[in-house]
Amino acid sequence: MTHDAFQTIIGLEVHVQLQTQTKLFCRCSTAFGAPPNTQTCPVCIGMPGALPVMNGKAYQLALRTAVALHCEIPRFTKWDRKQYYYPDLPKGYQISQFDLPMSQNGHLAISDPSGVFEPKKVGIIRAHLEDDAGKSMHDEAASKADSRIDLNRTGTPLLEIVSEPDMRSAAEARAYLSELKLLLMYLDVSDCNMQEGSLRVDANINLHLETSHGKVATPIVEVKNMNSFRAVERALSYEAGRQFELWEERHIQLGGPGGHKTTRGWDDEVQVTRPQREKEESSDYRYFPDPDLVPVITETDHVEEVRRNLDELPAAIRKRLESKYKITSYDTDVIVNQGRDFVDFYVTVAESCGDGKRASNWLQQDVLRTLKEAELSIEEFPVSADSLGDLLNRVSAGDLDNSRAKDVFSRMFNEQESVEEAMSALGIVKVDTSALESLCRELVTANPKVVADVQEGKSQAIGALIGQARKQNSNANPAEVKRICLKIIASL
Amino acid sequence: MSLIESTAAQLHRQLTSGNVTSVEVTQSFLDHIQQHDEHYSAFISLNVEAALAQAEDIDRRRASGKPVGALGGLPVAVKDVICTKGQTTTCGSKMLRDFVPPYDATVVCKLKQADGVLLGKTNMDEFAMGSSTENSAFGVTHNPWDRTCVPGGSSGGAAACVAARMAPLSVGTDTGGSIRQPAAFCGVTGMKPTYGRVSRFGLVAFASSLDQIGPIAQTAEDAALLLQALAGHDPNDSTSSSKPVPDFLRAINQPLVGLKIGVIREHFGEGLDDEVAAAVREAVHTYQALGATVSDISLPHNQYAIATYYVIAPSEASSNLARYDGVHYGFRANEAEILETLKQERDTATATNQEATGKELDSELIRMYQRTRSEGFGSEVQRRIMLGVYALSEGYASKYYLKALKVRRLIRQDFDKAFEKVDLIVGPTSPTPAYPIGDKIADPLSMYLGDLYTVSANLAGIAGISIPCGFSKTGLPIGLQLQAPAFEEERLLQAAHMFQQQTDWHTKRPSLKN
Amino acid sequence: MSLSRKEIEKVSHLARLQLSDPELDAMTAQLANVVEYMETLSGLNTDDVEPLAHASDISNVLADDILKPSLSREEALANAPKRDAECYRVPAVLGD
Ligand SMILES: [Mg+2]
Ligand SMILES: [Zn+2]
Repeated sequence: MTHDAFQTIIGLEVHVQLQTQTKLFCRCSTAFGAPPNTQTCPVCIGMPGALPVMNGKAYQLALRTAVALHCEIPRFTKWDRKQYYYPDLPKGYQISQFDLPMSQNGHLAISDPSGVFEPKKVGIIRAHLEDDAGKSMHDEAASKADSRIDLNRTGTPLLEIVSEPDMRSAAEARAYLSELKLLLMYLDVSDCNMQEGSLRVDANINLHLETSHGKVATPIVEVKNMNSFRAVERALSYEAGRQFELWEERHIQLGGPGGHKTTRGWDDEVQVTRPQREKEESSDYRYFPDPDLVPVITETDHVEEVRRNLDELPAAIRKRLESKYKITSYDTDVIVNQGRDFVDFYVTVAESCGDGKRASNWLQQDVLRTLKEAELSIEEFPVSADSLGDLLNRVSAGDLDNSRAKDVFSRMFNEQESVEEAMSALGIVKVDTSALESLCRELVTANPKVVADVQEGKSQAIGALIGQARKQNSNANPAEVKRICLKIIASL
Repeated sequence: MSLIESTAAQLHRQLTSGNVTSVEVTQSFLDHIQQHDEHYSAFISLNVEAALAQAEDIDRRRASGKPVGALGGLPVAVKDVICTKGQTTTCGSKMLRDFVPPYDATVVCKLKQADGVLLGKTNMDEFAMGSSTENSAFGVTHNPWDRTCVPGGSSGGAAACVAARMAPLSVGTDTGGSIRQPAAFCGVTGMKPTYGRVSRFGLVAFASSLDQIGPIAQTAEDAALLLQALAGHDPNDSTSSSKPVPDFLRAINQPLVGLKIGVIREHFGEGLDDEVAAAVREAVHTYQALGATVSDISLPHNQYAIATYYVIAPSEASSNLARYDGVHYGFRANEAEILETLKQERDTATATNQEATGKELDSELIRMYQRTRSEGFGSEVQRRIMLGVYALSEGYASKYYLKALKVRRLIRQDFDKAFEKVDLIVGPTSPTPAYPIGDKIADPLSMYLGDLYTVSANLAGIAGISIPCGFSKTGLPIGLQLQAPAFEEERLLQAAHMFQQQTDWHTKRPSLKN
Repeated sequence: MSLSRKEIEKVSHLARLQLSDPELDAMTAQLANVVEYMETLSGLNTDDVEPLAHASDISNVLADDILKPSLSREEALANAPKRDAECYRVPAVLGD
């Protein structure tokens, strides 16, 4: 059997921290990085007698996301207790949603501009709202191996988004995550910071194989501990390979003897997955409706209102940019991936210079590079979209060439000058056509060797004339100099 | 009449008119407690200094003409399941022996705002699980009418302290009858308000969908005074109702005209003590004499109430009590011992090579959880946790838990139907008067069956009150239960007050042993 | 159907209760008795009945996303059976 004979089946479970000031069931801060146990109250540490009250903002953010993921929003939803013992779970249960989640049956479209896979819709089984646990830290230094518990994070609102097992490669999984993250950023519902745990990914993966006995599936493995999208992609590629080798070796099937679901963790240093200790009786969470919370009823009108009020989302923006500004899907992707402010910046530049392609090139090269070097966001960028448009407009009009334009751009950025100020500071003035023609005649006359070379077909020899022209007049447009010189030589 | 013999309403008038100070009133109750409570164990803890300081402050304000709250400096006892900031809140459990909440329950805030003087915390069945106050880590509470009998439960201390005149007012909680049944056993007035009428914030949960805080007092009028201070919407409790709170004290003096009362056929069946039945029938006659019309009603699903209750309440309890795991607060079992035991077991396992056969020992953490919970909880609490875990566990949840939720709806619908015909439902509070301490402790089911008449009000979320309506030949009080539709506490208090204008059962007081 | 000792053992583990052998026996007998009583519910047809989890019909209780003061760390940790200056302490969560 070859590697071509199996299909990788991947489903992703993403936990996203919603961007609220306060926790899901109490009004403690959700800010990251505070000293341990300074952001807790009787409610989030599950003190006897304390009761939860749902954060309305968290519900609205979750609803907005669910609508953007094309989910159905049932009229009735409730919260359930998921029960297990862990020291970072002070109530002894997580407040989550079991049989009646707030949203279900949605999808997210993914595509790859470089064509690695065909565009597809990944199904969303459900997205539900739940609270986060705290943090356990293993204290190796202590004389006895204790763990230390910090409950600052306990109760932070999470949206759990569960996909269908619709992805067929690690690349598709990565594309799904990138697109999901982009959507969440455009929706302004999460900062999606993986380092701070605002976005966490668990993956379920197995293989479907064609064998002489028909189709079989390998046992499902849940992969955890992936701290970047790159790690997800690598972990899943590794895991697919590992499962295939294991299949070849032992032929264990899903549901067969030894074919139960297992959990493995990604070791990013060694680039392998390793088995993880399984939580006992993990299947018996004894879910039941949390009697301390009341249901949420969402009327269709409200869902429609949320839908109407959604800002334009990445998929639609990509379509609009491609058709309106005639740029490639690769280019739209780069622009859209930078976020809504960058898209707005691009649109202004493109409209103002009348050349979508030129605007796209400039933004992708000069602007992005400058932003990166200066560690600025587009909102902080001192060159306005209008003035960059003005500059590009002059390039289109032939007032200055691309390389001079870059000098102007540099000054505009460094000295915070307008286009005019930068151009005059650099002494850039448009050379009028008759002056340029007489300069070219002088050069042709003074360089018979070049003329001879050109006449012999070595047209690149004209470069020497361009260099001399720029030395005499730095504003001479090289393309123009070349065109006029060739015309003169041809007429000799 | 001595201060401690007075009703809360009488004391309130004396305080308001300046005839007596809150310090005097508070001190006399504290003295009475200190003199007698060693024989009754109604209190788990007292706030002598804090109470007197609070009383002094109220007196000072009154003397200088500043506003004083609606309770006007009346002492109030609080069941030890309600959080009091800076003061131990034990829930009658070893688990929370040293637990000092960093916050006040909403009702405690309200009591303070109303200038109720917090006397101390009353004894109870551990985590409110029980009907006799025998399940307390701090000793059994004795019935003031007969020290050899139970006071009822779980608010046994709360009812006993009112009966024994150790407090004019007392706050209890009722999950399946825990206010009404001890009120009946102790010959006092106790009300379970509608679910949602009083905030549960700061009430340590037993079964969250059933728990409700309510007043225990000598008379319906006193209960009205206390309920007024306790009731009202609380944004910190999602299940708290935003319905406006009526003026209970004003309502109480308006007689009910054309009152229709229903007597539950099923409540006069097997298991009902003859003396209780006779006293309740007599009470019904009293209402008839007052102009009420009486009709027979049926609650056909009442026979399932105990089974339903003892699935739902333990299920919720098993979850609510998961937090007591020795990590964040409360008791933790001795770690060194755990470690030592585990080490021995591991050594044995290695010696006999058990690990190779796949038998794995629990981690130290799991052992810590297990030992903490086994040592920290009493046997009734452990039993109910087990019952609840079982009812919610895989393979059984639909047979027990989900089934019980469905029957709960049927029980609720029975009440809805009955209240189309009648204004109030009248019957016994408990099948028997108080029984001897130790009688039922070994037989949980027989104890559970004693809640037959009270649990359905909690399942349906409606209001109920127990008032004294007679005595047994042996001198034990008998309680009459009145039940009203949700948010009709006014009607209950009016009806109870009417009855108490005509009868004097509520004025009888036990003579205390020294 | 009555409750087996094996089931009681499983339930006690889920409940994180450590019961001795005699305790397990007593618990099995007492709970079997109670569970048998619960069986009366099975006789009732509830096919068309919606479960009732809450007695009240309140819905949509949502709070504003506005910060309120948290407990100080000292208040939060004051009741902890084992702690250090910053955190709660427990036997290692990584297990063996
Ligand atoms: Mg989750
Ligand atoms: Zn909090």
